[in-house]
Amino acid sequence: MTVTASDHTHAIPIDLHINNQPTRLEVEPWTSLLDALREQLHLTGTKKGCDHGQCGACTVLIDGTRINSCLALAVMQDGKAITTIEGLGTVETLHPMQAAFIEHDAFQCGYCTPGQICSAVGMIKEGHARTADEIRELMSGNLCRCGAYSNILAAIEQVMGANISSEKVAA
Amino acid sequence: MTHDSNVPYIGRATSRVDGPLKVTGGAKYAAEYAAPGLLHGYVVSGAIAKGRITSIDVSDAMTVPGVVDVLTHEHRARTAWLSYNYQDMIGPPGKPFRPLYDDKIQYSGQPVALVVAESFEASRAAAALVRVSYKSEEHITDLEAVKGQSYVPPKRRSGIAPPPKPRGDADDAFDAAPVKVKQQYRVPVEHHNPMEPFATTVVREQDGGLTIYDKTQGSQNNQAYICSIFGLSKDKVRVVNAFMGGGFGSGLRPAYQLYLAVLASQTLERSVRVALTRDQMFTFSYRPETIQTVSLGAEPSGKLTAIRHHAVAGTSHFEDHQEVVVNWSGLLYDCKNAKLTYELAKIDTHTPADMRAPGAVLGVFAIESAMDELAYEVGVDPVELRLLNYAEKDENDDKEFTSKALKACFKEGAERFGWSRRSPEPRSMRDGRELIGWGMATGVWEAQLMDTQARVTIHLDGTLEVASATSDIGTGTYTVMAMTGADMFGLPLEKVRVKLGDSSLPTAPVEGGSWAAASTCSAIKLACQALTKDLLEHARALADSPLKRARPEDVVARDGRLFLRDAPGTGVAIQDILRSAKLDELSAKGEAKPDSKVQKTHSSYTHSAIFCEVRVDEQLGVVRVARIVNAVAAGKIINPKTARSQILGGVVMALGSALEEETFSDHALGRFMNHNLAEYHMPVHADIKDIDVIFVDEQDELTNELGVKGLGEIGIVGTGAAIANAVFHATGARIRSLPITVDKLIDSPAFTAEP
Ligand code: FES
Ligand code: FES
Repeated sequence: MTVTASDHTHAIPIDLHINNQPTRLEVEPWTSLLDALREQLHLTGTKKGCDHGQCGACTVLIDGTRINSCLALAVMQDGKAITTIEGLGTVETLHPMQAAFIEHDAFQCGYCTPGQICSAVGMIKEGHARTADEIRELMSGNLCRCGAYSNILAAIEQVMGANISSEKVAA
Repeated sequence: MTHDSNVPYIGRATSRVDGPLKVTGGAKYAAEYAAPGLLHGYVVSGAIAKGRITSIDVSDAMTVPGVVDVLTHEHRARTAWLSYNYQDMIGPPGKPFRPLYDDKIQYSGQPVALVVAESFEASRAAAALVRVSYKSEEHITDLEAVKGQSYVPPKRRSGIAPPPKPRGDADDAFDAAPVKVKQQYRVPVEHHNPMEPFATTVVREQDGGLTIYDKTQGSQNNQAYICSIFGLSKDKVRVVNAFMGGGFGSGLRPAYQLYLAVLASQTLERSVRVALTRDQMFTFSYRPETIQTVSLGAEPSGKLTAIRHHAVAGTSHFEDHQEVVVNWSGLLYDCKNAKLTYELAKIDTHTPADMRAPGAVLGVFAIESAMDELAYEVGVDPVELRLLNYAEKDENDDKEFTSKALKACFKEGAERFGWSRRSPEPRSMRDGRELIGWGMATGVWEAQLMDTQARVTIHLDGTLEVASATSDIGTGTYTVMAMTGADMFGLPLEKVRVKLGDSSLPTAPVEGGSWAAASTCSAIKLACQALTKDLLEHARALADSPLKRARPEDVVARDGRLFLRDAPGTGVAIQDILRSAKLDELSAKGEAKPDSKVQKTHSSYTHSAIFCEVRVDEQLGVVRVARIVNAVAAGKIINPKTARSQILGGVVMALGSALEEETFSDHALGRFMNHNLAEYHMPVHADIKDIDVIFVDEQDELTNELGVKGLGEIGIVGTGAAIANAVFHATGARIRSLPITVDKLIDSPAFTAEP
């Protein structure tokens, strides 16, 4: 897929792997990854809550690591693999974290939700969280004004529990 | 999983029907709709609190490539003159703020220009280049400075009950009381801060109509507002709010980006989006700062003899925003003498707005803190004190309650919490260097039903559509609507489609005040009954119809059939009914209205009892809420899963209000200072430990047909007081000014006193 920024005079071409799809994009140097995703690629699952790195709504995974896409310039992501909420799973094939969020009612308005889910997936991969309190601490960059925190914790614990047991099975 | 149509969904924990869309990023919010040639508008916010704009220089801004226009009060399409045309259904008495109307500055952060460009980035860059000059006038934003000029609002706000007439003689009774508590309580300005910033995307359709994707709690309120200002007819303006990223009251009234987006679209004849920044989220709605005095007179036993509650709340110079702040004190307790008074004082800010449980969060914090103080004064357990003064009827209005299971809340909440193991003395429980405190309080909120319409449609393919112009702001409206339709027609949820959040649907009020579930579901029930009746009419017309002589009350619809309740074998397939009537679908409408007969004699409220454990670091004064039990009596619970989430959300916001949230003003500049999410502290994951929600059994046959009372507000009411009371029990320090931050605790002599 190639997306051009028509009127943009200083547009620079970059190649991204977005949700496993090679994507050529022309972006201006001042465009954040968040705005490139939402405005140019219409991947609006990634949310803008503050645009200042203060809320976590814009969390995506870059090469598996969670980042705030509002604080990342798109032009610096050349060659990176980016996973957004749309790439984690679909309505028909939910990612286990997405399924757990539904099961535990881990959201209300749903606006912080894509960020919470991407952040939770990234956090598990980091491998530092062992207890409920550690999960709470490591998820504290993702605000939820609806106050779904207890249910988000329950959803993450469920997925982590499943991960731990599947590792055991594998071992 | 197959669905047993004999087991109703209502009352069963059901996952949100809109869940899959929300967890995959498929749910679209106002700023997420595309349109060919969409322009982006960026708001320029004013820099002074009061005065006039002397000039706006847009020449530099216009040189930025991609900029199309800069709208100002001097350069814009013509809109309505009269402030009357800017009224919305929710607004209080006064003259509503009119964006870009003239050169007058009424508050800091007021929008003064809109830069419109081909890209978001260009509009943002150019906005920084718009040069506005002002002539300042003196302003006052400090409520403390004007509280002496408070006044009783001359015109009451529709839907807001003024304080009841005094009963008995509270002044005399207070003077004569053997035990007295008289204290001042304060709650500062708070901001709603839903996670989704306000945004509007105006799409110009080929026929010249506007489809407006707007962040709002009421599509029809905003549709009427836009039509009135721009002189458009309703069939040319459709407002859509299929998903809303949180409102909490901030989206009850039209926000100014809606007006600006339509203005730009009308001026330039293009599709336009305007999204506010997070700091602009602090420029159009807030919970008003409120200074309250509560005086309680009592017998030595703790029996109340006098209640006085006086509140002064801030409002703007142009509107008298009003809330129900003091009435709760006369409602919660049995007391012969009560005097409740509420006044406003004007400051140079924008008009405050309803924020989750408006008024109640403030007033109940005060009365429930004062009751806790009285409990220590007379040496009676706080729960016992409340039982001793329990109101069996609404003494404010001299009415019976439709139901009131508050005693069950006390009992079940206390048991779950382990309240009986509490040691009554302050500072008497600890764990290492942490002081432990147990506190409790009562919560209360009005149970209302609002005039609401719904339409249900049965299709030839066996699916049912339920539709109403209500909103789902995270409250679970989609799901309870689907559950109601599914139960009425005995269908699995998968066969029910929900339409809401669209001004073209049957009339519904704004989504707020905890009335949506009761009102919408009642309307759906009535619509389904009407549809069943219509189906029966058609079924009777069938040749050899087994339902020829059936009366509407004898038949039920289940699993795609219409049959006799008492003889399920006798019936007709709904598909056959439709086919023989040559119909692809059949629709019916229902309208729910409050029962004015019941209202004459009865009041209806939800109640709660909140029990809280805090742990306070003895040296550092850091307060952590270790656990909360919130026992709620709210009539019938439609969906225990989303209902619990509603209460959790209320409790979390209450924790913010009690311990973290405050919007600080620089009164010299007349401006809110901490207008971002790093400096406006609200609860994060790490702040939230154990929250336990109990729904006590409460049967209510009078409040409405479904017996549903609503849940959006009750979780937050009283919870702040329970936390503050627990802090007092832990530390011996009574903090009467929220939020209870480390500095206030450390400064309190009781906190630092050696035991
Ligand atoms: S939008 Fe990126 S952290 Fe808030
Ligand atoms: S679900 Fe609404 S902000 Fe988290």
